[in-house]
Amino acid sequence: MSSQLLTVSPSPHIHQQQQTVSNLMFGVVIALTPAFIVSLVVFGVGAIKVTLAGVFFCMLFEYLISKYLLKKEANLADGSAIITGILLAFNLPANLPIWIIAIGSLVAIGLGKMAFGGLGNNPFNPAMVGRVFLLISFPVPMTSWPVAMESQWRLADGVTGATPMEIFKEGLEAGLPISEIMGQLPSYFTLFLGGQGGCIGEVSGLALFLGFLYMLYKKIITWHIPVSLLATVFALTGLFWMINPAQYADPVFQVITGGLLLGAFYMATDYVTSPMTSKGMLIYGVGIGVFTVVIRLWGSYPEGISFAILIMNGFVPLINKYVKPRRFGEVKPA
Amino acid sequence: MNAFLKDIKTFPLGGVHPQEYKLSADIPTEKLALPKMVSIPISQHIGVPAKPVVNARDKVKVGQVIAKNEGFVSTNIHASVSGMVTKIDRVLDSTGYKRDAIIIRVDGDEWLPEIDQTDEIKREISVESDEIVKKIAEAGIVGLGGATFPSHVKLAIPKGKKADCLIINGVECEPYLTSDHRIMLEKTEEVLVGTQILMKALKVEQCWIGIEINKADAIAALKKMCVQYPGIQVQPLKVHYPQGGEKQLIKAVLNREVPAGGLPIDVGVVVQNVGTAFAVYEAIQKNKPLIERVVTVTGKSVLKPSNLWVRIGTPVQELIDFVGGLPEDTGKIISGGPMMGKALNDTEIPVAKGTSGILIIPSEEAHRKPMKVCIRCSQCVGVCPMGLEPYLLMTLTQKELYERLEEDQVLNCIECGSCAYTCPSDRPILDYIRLGKKTVLSIIKERNNKK
Repeated sequence: MSSQLLTVSPSPHIHQQQQTVSNLMFGVVIALTPAFIVSLVVFGVGAIKVTLAGVFFCMLFEYLISKYLLKKEANLADGSAIITGILLAFNLPANLPIWIIAIGSLVAIGLGKMAFGGLGNNPFNPAMVGRVFLLISFPVPMTSWPVAMESQWRLADGVTGATPMEIFKEGLEAGLPISEIMGQLPSYFTLFLGGQGGCIGEVSGLALFLGFLYMLYKKIITWHIPVSLLATVFALTGLFWMINPAQYADPVFQVITGGLLLGAFYMATDYVTSPMTSKGMLIYGVGIGVFTVVIRLWGSYPEGISFAILIMNGFVPLINKYVKPRRFGEVKPA
Repeated sequence: MNAFLKDIKTFPLGGVHPQEYKLSADIPTEKLALPKMVSIPISQHIGVPAKPVVNARDKVKVGQVIAKNEGFVSTNIHASVSGMVTKIDRVLDSTGYKRDAIIIRVDGDEWLPEIDQTDEIKREISVESDEIVKKIAEAGIVGLGGATFPSHVKLAIPKGKKADCLIINGVECEPYLTSDHRIMLEKTEEVLVGTQILMKALKVEQCWIGIEINKADAIAALKKMCVQYPGIQVQPLKVHYPQGGEKQLIKAVLNREVPAGGLPIDVGVVVQNVGTAFAVYEAIQKNKPLIERVVTVTGKSVLKPSNLWVRIGTPVQELIDFVGGLPEDTGKIISGGPMMGKALNDTEIPVAKGTSGILIIPSEEAHRKPMKVCIRCSQCVGVCPMGLEPYLLMTLTQKELYERLEEDQVLNCIECGSCAYTCPSDRPILDYIRLGKKTVLSIIKERNNKK
């Protein structure tokens, strides 16, 4: 045996086989499938159109920017552009014109991700950057929601209506008593299953929750961010509800409606833009929860999770710097 | 389910579970035939290399001292075969460097007369505590789990410290390796007597033998036998790498945490490997110095995975020949386990005191995948058993920010490799951490010299 045939390298000499970057990313895609199926039932063709457009434009811009601006090999196979596309689309109404989706994708990928050097370097969640850009630039089309279960198979000009959160906020502003506003809404059970208007991905809490369980089971994410985030929202809104039930909605309504579950399970848990330690993740989750509640209760938007995630994204470098894991051996000598 | 599965313990922070591949677990040990030639390195332990006391053309017998310890953190080296010293020469060893070794041409198998070569178990311990440590030092015993720290140094309790218990490490958490497993099964009572000797040397009343539950037969055998040995208990442990790391083991068994930068004795514990306990038994009860050890020779493509009693200094090639030769698809040969072992660049490298296994890896597994960008998934932070941030230590090393590396406790890294094993982007995290650690150590050394 001649020795030059042997490979020599430092340990470890084995590597786990289950998780590669693309496996993790496609795991997220699988986790999002139930929510997509529900959105098909609820919104029909519009959901397919918007989701495909989001994925297509995100991949296209990732490719073009990598190749012609950064002049390096575009890495579409890692699946990260696909996820950004799906998550962006899931945060849009199903009747949004395609050219707006193209602009949103360009902002998400170009400004949100590639401007910072691509995957792994972006401080802000790209899908959220794209979504918030569209929300500010195109407020009307971004908040005209097709009514659930009504215009599934029409490609345009469906009936539009408000989301439960909007109905609630507008009702309050019109001075309606809470019981009357709630009377206009479907039951919580229907809301949780998928009977609410809104963005493509946020209609069914149940489907999102199934995907969350799948990601936990596959060890794609840990529980820290979603649980601390949702617990914070529940506790804070519960507190205000107990203080004044005539003014504030109850915490169950707050947790199951709007984009909260989508944000908590899939956006806030984005690897690149969330903290690196479990303690840091808890702080981050609580922070997002607090900002969400503040915006929902007192802000001018009915929905707050996107802004809250972007705000807390900005704190992540600080969190990583000051929140260290519990070191082994950090105890007084016995 | 066995009753012992109820009180399984493990360490709380991090860790991974690589596939176990204990291919040779059920294969009894065999004695490897004597080689024609051995080359015995004079540095097989942590510390100062021993000083040769034989010359070319000297005749030696099995068990004779051929290199004397140099100072306290050092140990003796003995002839593992009888024959004639041909030369003292520089020989490639498992570090990848050529270092001094004593080369002996084998002639017969003549042992020093005072060594008891029988298999009869001698239970009576007639040696006093201080004498035990002295004899262990003379017998050249080092930590046989792979760290090769001289055992007598660990047994000499520094002033102001006190040991209150002993832990015997039978964890064998590295995949593939089964040498400790076989010793526990085949030399059960000898290990217990050796443990008692160690307890006597340390003047402690209590001892735990920590074993991962993938070795249920060894747990059962020791549990059954240890009732006759007061103070010794068996502690089943979860299969959880790096369970056999000294600090992790102490945490798992006793829930005591060795302070950062400290030693087990700071929490009143001394840890010794089961192989070491057996070597101690042989040294004290049989007058036999450390001249042979069990080596697991294994790998997915190996024809006949085996556990072999091998004389120190035997070329690795002899072991490979015994198991059916080098498989055609061989890509890498590792001395030790796949997580912490060293890749060998030659098959003539001699087996040393710390060689717990020879693992042959097929070529398709021998190469690393190309590294991708860090997606900040934080898996490396989650699996680090020391609570460090491997991704950050790698970045800080790349950026040469050594002060921050020190602040972020790079020196606490035990180099278990869990981070690099886990990284979904195949990043060589541990390579960089080792580099950073080394640089920080030399910076600290320089700083202390200036003072």
